[in-house]
Amino acid sequence: MMARIELQQLQHSYLARPKSAADYALKEVNHTFDDGGAYALLGPSGCGKTTLLSIISGLVTPSEGKILFNGEDVTERSTEQRNIAQVFQFPVIYDTMTVAQNLAFPLRNRRLPEDEINRRVAEILEMIGLTDRADRRARRLTADQKQKISLGRGLVRSDVNAILFDEPLTVIDPHMKWQLRSQLKQLHRRFGYTMVYVTHDQTEALTFADTVVVMYEGQIVQIGTPSQLFEKPRHTFVGYFIGSPGMNVLPVELDGRTARLGGSAVELPGSIEVGQGSTIELGIRPEYLRLGREGLPTRITKIEDIGRRKIVHAELEGHEVAVIVPEHEEIPADPRLSFDQRGINLYADSWRLELEP
Amino acid sequence: MDRTWNNKAWFLVLPVLLLVAFSAIIPLMTVVNYSVQDTFGNNVFFWVGVEWFEELLHSPRFWQALLRNLIFSAIILAIQIPLGVFIALNMPRRGWGVSVCLVLMALPLLIPWNVVGTIWQVFGRVDIGLLGYTLARLGINYNYVQDPLAAWVTVIVMDIWHWTSLVVLLCYAGLVSIPDAYFQAAKIDGASRWSVFRYIQLPKMNRVLLIAVLLRFMDSFMIYTEPFVVTGGGPGNETTFLSIDLVKMAIGQFDVGPAAAMSLVYFLIVLLVCWVFYTVMTNYGEESGR
Repeated sequence: MMARIELQQLQHSYLARPKSAADYALKEVNHTFDDGGAYALLGPSGCGKTTLLSIISGLVTPSEGKILFNGEDVTERSTEQRNIAQVFQFPVIYDTMTVAQNLAFPLRNRRLPEDEINRRVAEILEMIGLTDRADRRARRLTADQKQKISLGRGLVRSDVNAILFDEPLTVIDPHMKWQLRSQLKQLHRRFGYTMVYVTHDQTEALTFADTVVVMYEGQIVQIGTPSQLFEKPRHTFVGYFIGSPGMNVLPVELDGRTARLGGSAVELPGSIEVGQGSTIELGIRPEYLRLGREGLPTRITKIEDIGRRKIVHAELEGHEVAVIVPEHEEIPADPRLSFDQRGINLYADSWRLELEP
Repeated sequence: MDRTWNNKAWFLVLPVLLLVAFSAIIPLMTVVNYSVQDTFGNNVFFWVGVEWFEELLHSPRFWQALLRNLIFSAIILAIQIPLGVFIALNMPRRGWGVSVCLVLMALPLLIPWNVVGTIWQVFGRVDIGLLGYTLARLGINYNYVQDPLAAWVTVIVMDIWHWTSLVVLLCYAGLVSIPDAYFQAAKIDGASRWSVFRYIQLPKMNRVLLIAVLLRFMDSFMIYTEPFVVTGGGPGNETTFLSIDLVKMAIGQFDVGPAAAMSLVYFLIVLLVCWVFYTVMTNYGEESGR
């Protein structure tokens, strides 16, 4: 019922005649969303994630490239013909209609028989938990209920290929966000919809999706599970964007199995040959740094206590680093910084290097 | 409830009070004064009670003018509102076309009313007017000076030309405030053009539409300048609307008493309609309030 969505050499520019790479809102994207997968498109504002979503839904026609649904080219097809559902940032409801009429609207437009419509609507009302409000005016409902109606209008069609979410929790109260997100997740598990969820909130992305697609400046920089994004960020941007605080990125010079940072040396888990002229950086998450009596000399500048743990800001060879220290651990008077080998990633010109052991 | 009474506050409302008194209340009271008295000149007045009102309400002349005016208002509302909505729907939402359309739309509204009258007066003349002459050459019997139908058509077309823009601009303001997501969602839901209008655009427009109807009704119900310039109320009394009739009576015939009585009745009708609209609008506002 659902579809596998393939993006082939997709590029898009909002300008009529793009000249340089900077004119493209979306640079060469190749990706396949598997049938029944829950995906998050994660990235900062202006990274191209909404453009990508609009291309999938057919609201935007890409400048170059193809989109395939189940192997069938749909690039030139209209939104309606693609049979996708989309939930927007702000709830879209038809003000003058009741909740039930809102849900029935896409089916009425497709001229389904009335008893079929009633059956589907009842089913969806049950699914989104609004059965008792079926005959209420939709505009009287709260923001999260309205957002459920938007979602329901998508679900009500039995032929939906995929459900797309464009930052759907923006206007929802924080305590409802959690609830709505877990309900979405439940829907996904029960019915196996292909879902693509656009957000700039890493928590939303990581809790919702099985696979997170991180976008940066119009490109996909990494596709992976939440733990892959955390342990092995492919790009320094991913390291910085995901995690709180983000990964520490330090400029280093390579010397075999050692990385030199000013006067200090850090031992690496492996070695690699890198050509001249590229900028080498060492990335390590605050979780993998230890403050103790051994390691490199450092100076603590600030300590933030966030309850279960402490974030220590320290200075290492003139660079600021963040270290996460468990709540009860003592910080020595003359602290030294050590690197956990498992957490070390090396980057050449911002892209991750695979080290040879 | 504990309230601090501060009588100094009265000084602050005094300027407004004076302004309203001199601009509205006192002139209105003089009209009330005239409406219950009669005079044979020389500034000698004597009391007649409600006689003028009785006479007015039994005068076919008043009822005919009122009927003509209501028909006129009904016709222009029936044309201008749908036409205005239609034009607003077809105006571009973005790009250079927006400002061009807005300027074109605003133009008729910027022309002084008597100039509008003069433009159409000349435009419709059979001897030199572009419209009148062309129609005459086409063999159409058009002469707004003699033919009542032609006079009505001219006055109505003129009003449409002059005021439809107002409806367009109000509707357009309502339309551009609709977020794009609504149209995208409608596309996804497979809504037809009509459904988009019926379920998205119309509900978002209906408040400005109410205001448009109110303004256009009030204006057309009080119309004076343009038909006065074009037809002068004629042929005969065929295009004599309430305000034209009123001026004829007050200034032409100098029947101050009956004219004052008519003014008050006229005023009350306008007030009543205003109140009805106001009630409808505020009720609607509460109902749709979130």
